[in-house]
Amino acid sequence: MKEILVCGGTGCISGDSRLVHDALEQELSRQGLEAEFKLKYTGCHGFCEQGPVILVTPKDNFYCKVAPQDVPNLIHQLKEGKVYDELLYVEPTTNERILTRHDVPFYKKQQRLVLKNCGIIDPENIDDYLSSCGYKSLQKVLKLQPEQVIQEIKTSGLRGRGGGGFPTGTKWDFARKSVADNKYIICNADEGDPGAFMDRSLSEGDPHAVLEGMLIAGYAIGAQEGYIYIRAEYPLAVKRLSIAIEQAKARGYLGKNLLGSKFDFSIKIKQGAGAFVCGEETALMESIQGNRGMPRPRPPYPAVKGLWDRPSNINNVETLANVPVIMEMGSERYAQIGTEKSKGTKIFALTGKVNNTGLAEVPMGITLREVVFDIGGGVSDGKKFKAVQIGGPSGGCLTEEHLDLPIDYDSLLEAGAMMGSGGLVVMDESTCMVELARFFLSFSRHESCGKCTPCREGNTRLLEILQRIVEGNGEMEDLDRLQSLGENIIQSSLCGLGQTAPNPILSTLKYFRQEYELHVKNKVCPAGVCKALLSYKVMEDKCKACGLCKKSCPTEAITGEKKQAHKIDVSKCAQCGVCMEKCPFDAIIRG
Amino acid sequence: MEDISKLIDKYRGSHGGLIPLLQEAQDQAGYLSRETLEQIAEGMKLSLAKVLGVTTFYSQFHLKPRGKNIIRICMGTACHVRGGASIMAKLEEELGIKTGETTKDLEFTLESVACIGACGLAPVMSINDDIHGKLTPEKIPEILAKYRRQEAV
Repeated sequence: MKEILVCGGTGCISGDSRLVHDALEQELSRQGLEAEFKLKYTGCHGFCEQGPVILVTPKDNFYCKVAPQDVPNLIHQLKEGKVYDELLYVEPTTNERILTRHDVPFYKKQQRLVLKNCGIIDPENIDDYLSSCGYKSLQKVLKLQPEQVIQEIKTSGLRGRGGGGFPTGTKWDFARKSVADNKYIICNADEGDPGAFMDRSLSEGDPHAVLEGMLIAGYAIGAQEGYIYIRAEYPLAVKRLSIAIEQAKARGYLGKNLLGSKFDFSIKIKQGAGAFVCGEETALMESIQGNRGMPRPRPPYPAVKGLWDRPSNINNVETLANVPVIMEMGSERYAQIGTEKSKGTKIFALTGKVNNTGLAEVPMGITLREVVFDIGGGVSDGKKFKAVQIGGPSGGCLTEEHLDLPIDYDSLLEAGAMMGSGGLVVMDESTCMVELARFFLSFSRHESCGKCTPCREGNTRLLEILQRIVEGNGEMEDLDRLQSLGENIIQSSLCGLGQTAPNPILSTLKYFRQEYELHVKNKVCPAGVCKALLSYKVMEDKCKACGLCKKSCPTEAITGEKKQAHKIDVSKCAQCGVCMEKCPFDAIIRG
Repeated sequence: MEDISKLIDKYRGSHGGLIPLLQEAQDQAGYLSRETLEQIAEGMKLSLAKVLGVTTFYSQFHLKPRGKNIIRICMGTACHVRGGASIMAKLEEELGIKTGETTKDLEFTLESVACIGACGLAPVMSINDDIHGKLTPEKIPEILAKYRRQEAV
């Protein structure tokens, strides 16, 4: 039977994929085709730019930007065993229609191991997960000793996908060796990095894989209870995880004496209440306990004294979703993927000024160029590539010189960035790097919990300096102050938030120092972003006195009569740039 | 008020029950009034300072009444580089309020959030549970009108 897989990820839902699904359902039933085609509402396919998307098996024909009114024609073609050309993906450079998903450039270089079920199975149906080898890894694991499971994970080389990249097997081993009456497994789904959404997509698209990863981790360290700490801003993920938990309980994959073994395990969901710092493991535990989410000093580490003072192991969603994959394919085979010290794949959220936004899972060691230009289709609107910000507010930026750098945990650290959770924001020449650093810092400062002084006060001072610079009041000494204060905060902060908050400043200072200097010395923002440094001027020889600029100016700063070159009154101008956009003769310039 | 005591009974003595209790209490009234917080503190045998401390730590909790429609405009990185600020300016202009405020008729509350996680559609905002993506300032009046109409129906 052929399957019609409609994407039900958050991106496609906002493009009305639910209506497309319902229209398909009606049309199939109207034509009596239910026996021929199985309709499924799946998790995220990753290619959000082209949503709503539909995949039709067995040939994997990939249809983009499908609207409800396309449905009759689509079904008509499918019924005849044909392909509906109109909705196939069009390769923008060659204008060629591409027949199957794996030939679409966005998917070609991907290696979808962890995302293998996303977009394929119905996330609200456990049978779908079971039929794609679901819970097989758990069955395998229950026949092993916990120490053997930990050894497998160590051999696989899996490292934490949430930020720091700590070896997962070693972390489990610490928690295993702690002696206590109770231990906890915590799944960190508090994905707060602006620009990252892989954990949301995984939880929405393959929730049972996350549960299976937690079960295996629980068995390995000797825990009976698990918590999923998830953002309340992800209602669909919460719903699908809750459904998955109920289904797993009903089938005996959660509860007592699992699958005839002596292993008991239960999972609860805790919804976050909106605090970025709760992505930090000790702050997260405080929050589960009902307190303000403030980090604790370490040691003692969570593996010794975590949630309710019991040994706890905390991994993020993507890390846990890797676990069943490793147990299924075998740790040695898994370890063949990737680079020497970074094994397996990584999911990147590709956003910003790039043609193909979406989620892409690639083997570690792929180059930035391949991700941005082959998968991402290059910079949008034909503009010039400037930099990518990797790792969100904790990360740094990489420039053209890094395009051929193989991406892994260690190469990124060396370049002054970090993997973080895998947000990759592409920037073009119209992005101001100083303003970008200011933006990230205002985020980190706002989210600082206030417990330790370096983070609370230090980041506030850094922000004040940056604010001065983008307003045109900076001085050259400010650049040295940013550097030394930033380094200081990194060394002395209590938790990961403060220890990484200055990274965006330090890396932009390193790679774009000239841009900072232009802001300070020449009072110029080369990208044309920092409003206080902009001024607009009409070039009299080009002005045709059409009056468009005058009409569109919101502050009535432009004067001029017919057949007379127009003028901008600088004292009234709000630097919004509308006039420049509207001018059909390119007569207005920014200086 | 009676409902609050039922909620308190549900969470009393439970490990870490304060935050889910506050979440459910807020779901009922849309915000957490001083009286509600006092009742929760007493019922949970916690000091009011502790309850207020937790409440003000998390951005999800509100101490003032809020609009029927909650607009959250995303200020995440992807939205930032794709012009999120101009969307915000347009919303403030259309609604006649600043970010963080509620319209006088209690129809709309305008908030900014760090990231909605729909970066592929930047710039985005959410109104209640709906996500609106690929926004331009021109699209804003039409979208707001849709929610105003829903009110009228």
